[in-house]
Amino acid sequence: MTALRWLSDNAPIMAEYFLAHVWLSLVPLLLGLAIALPLGWAAHHFGFLYRPLVAGSALLYTLPSLALFVLLPQVLGTRMLDPVNIVCALTVYTVALLVRVVADGLAAVPEETARAADAMGYRPVQRWLLVELPVAVPVIAAGLRVASVSNVSLVSLGALLGVPQLGSLFTLGFQLGYLVPIAAGIVLCLLLAWLLDGLILAAARALTPWKRAETTA
Amino acid sequence: MNPPRNPLEAPMTPRRTRTRTLRAATALAAALGVLAATGCGLGSDPLAAGEGVDRDGSGTIVVGSANFLDSLLIANIYAEALRAEGFEVEERFNIASREAYVPGLVDGSIDLIPEYSGALLQYVHPGTDVTADEEVLAELEVRVPEGLAVLEASAAQSKDVLVVTGDTAREHGLETVSDLVPLAGEMTLGGPPEWKTRYNGVVGLQEVYGLEFGTFVALDAGGPLSLNAVTNGQVDVVDLFTTDPAIGERDLVMLEDDQGLFLAENILPLVREQAVDEEAREVLDAVSARLNTPDIREMMGRIISQRENPTLVARDWLSANGLA
Amino acid sequence: MNLIDWFADPAHWVGPDGIPRQVLTHLLYCAIAAAAAIVIALPAGLVIGHTGRGAVLVAGLANALRALPTLGLLIAAVLLVSPHFGSQLAFAVPALIVLVVLAVPPILTNAYAGVVAVPPQVRTAAHGIGMRPWQVLLTVELPCALPLVISGVRSASLQLVSTATVAAYVSLGGLGRYIIDGQAQLDYTQMLAGAVLVALLAVAVEALLLLLERALVSPGLTGRLRRLPDPDGDPAAAVPAAAPSPGRAP
Repeated sequence: MTALRWLSDNAPIMAEYFLAHVWLSLVPLLLGLAIALPLGWAAHHFGFLYRPLVAGSALLYTLPSLALFVLLPQVLGTRMLDPVNIVCALTVYTVALLVRVVADGLAAVPEETARAADAMGYRPVQRWLLVELPVAVPVIAAGLRVASVSNVSLVSLGALLGVPQLGSLFTLGFQLGYLVPIAAGIVLCLLLAWLLDGLILAAARALTPWKRAETTA
Repeated sequence: MNPPRNPLEAPMTPRRTRTRTLRAATALAAALGVLAATGCGLGSDPLAAGEGVDRDGSGTIVVGSANFLDSLLIANIYAEALRAEGFEVEERFNIASREAYVPGLVDGSIDLIPEYSGALLQYVHPGTDVTADEEVLAELEVRVPEGLAVLEASAAQSKDVLVVTGDTAREHGLETVSDLVPLAGEMTLGGPPEWKTRYNGVVGLQEVYGLEFGTFVALDAGGPLSLNAVTNGQVDVVDLFTTDPAIGERDLVMLEDDQGLFLAENILPLVREQAVDEEAREVLDAVSARLNTPDIREMMGRIISQRENPTLVARDWLSANGLA
Repeated sequence: MNLIDWFADPAHWVGPDGIPRQVLTHLLYCAIAAAAAIVIALPAGLVIGHTGRGAVLVAGLANALRALPTLGLLIAAVLLVSPHFGSQLAFAVPALIVLVVLAVPPILTNAYAGVVAVPPQVRTAAHGIGMRPWQVLLTVELPCALPLVISGVRSASLQLVSTATVAAYVSLGGLGRYIIDGQAQLDYTQMLAGAVLVALLAVAVEALLLLLERALVSPGLTGRLRRLPDPDGDPAAAVPAAAPSPGRAP
């Protein structure tokens, strides 16, 4: 009974936390993708860049997130407790994850496909945007799914800096020694991860109409 | 059925093996490059503008709290009192420690936070020799960092206190902190991580009492870790707050601070001068005029034992005191 | 640069808070969690891959585990588990639970994927020479799946090394100590040093596992054999994938 009362008392604040969490995990995902696309292209296009870019981004991924949240303001000159720091840190992780995925996805585009595009008179930029990138979408989408799941989990660490989102339910529950807020936070995080996953799948499907043709044929 | 393909895990291409000859230099350079690229991308991004509400000057007051319940409750009281008077309030609760949130006030991340007079003075002026309540408050007004101000203090107090289990106290006949001196070398002290370097922590215990504990274990600020650690024997002595209702409920003994290391701790608002105008100050002063220790202990009890929402508890108290 | 000063300070290299001790503690938590995760996930992944049953479950479970927020899980584990343990274990057990949960999905999915990817001819051949199902699993499918399995262990270890820092949030040692203490004391140098140490440790662990992979994986699978001078002639015979299909087992 107390649990139900707690949940209804706190429904509005939980909704607020949920929206903040959506925002804080989605923006880095999009920014990270926008940055990883050219980097991944460079890694694929210039063979000598592949190793340093991929190894470097893998190294970035090993940086502990709490340290990154706190150290970024020193690098960027942002305010210490600004949510922007979380967005930046998660963008770094998203880029770290996606550079290799984009490069490998592009590498997996069949040679014939690229040649066919050349033969049809596509310019290099057109070929990349209209042929290679779409063909690499399924691989990139798989990478995005991993990044989105990991972002949702990492955002909650922002609670240790006082940035309000679902993680605040964890620290609140901790201070109260009460499981209900923590369980609610975990469930909402899972729900959000699931929603983002569905969103990415739907987007990938919309971007690759030929896949549907293949499966329905 | 396709195997679940995780691009992070599956060695999808032979290229993966090339990273094996990972050379630290190139990798680091690239890492910094990506970091810089990310930073630049964000620096020029409209996000910063979209995200930031105008926090400087007009409008919203950002209320912070430290990472313990007592501070969270008072922060809720401040926030709800201001809301009741029509101020725009944004909450940024549970910020690690004084070491993190005071610079956050200075750089404008937050505008207002509940503070404790003695601890704050020892933070801004370590090793201060004033002890009396009024002297502490007078000294604070002079010592707070440029751009910050302390408002009217309340009568409510919440102090750090060293606590041992009843068993430990009986076994060694402990009543005061000084009684620990002959035993400390064999004992483990627990406290928040910031205690390791704080004057009103490990440093002061050594300077004022000559206490050298065998080990120090970094726990939390009077929270569940501290409470569990002392009751299950992970530490022998732990730092809690005098307002913690658990001290009375469990078999725990508060050791008297006979040398006066922990100063008077009147609860007061620490504000960023620019962000909190005269009108808002009047609201906060009215809160401080009413706030007292028994009320806080009662509200803490409701929050911890009855699982009541701190915001609602704060509102109740405000309306009972004619402040909302 | 004060980071260099920090590392040069001899006081940071000795005692219970010293770098060597914290690195060892950090590795200890990672090793225990990795071992537990392998014990749980490897057999499960192999068996599911072998039988083909529960494949949907693997994908779903792995994804759900991955989505669990570390901080929430840690705090829930502390609240639920701590009261049942005394002393250090009260916080060590919850931290380890969180780390195991983190390490299980990559090992599970890769073990499963590794077995599924074994060429059907190889499996049929093994059946054909009279191997029992568990023999097929242990002496054929497992060795063939080993590169993927180890790559799963590697990515699990990478995550463990960077996440084991959470142990410090619940009062335990390890490199997270520098980060949590650094945040509480607003000591950027200490935090940065902690982050650098974690990254270095992750790279070192990765390198170590790569060496392990070289030692464990059958040379026939990696193609390394082909480059060695082989007096006995046909090196392709060592590659299981090239084994002729003997047709259906009786």
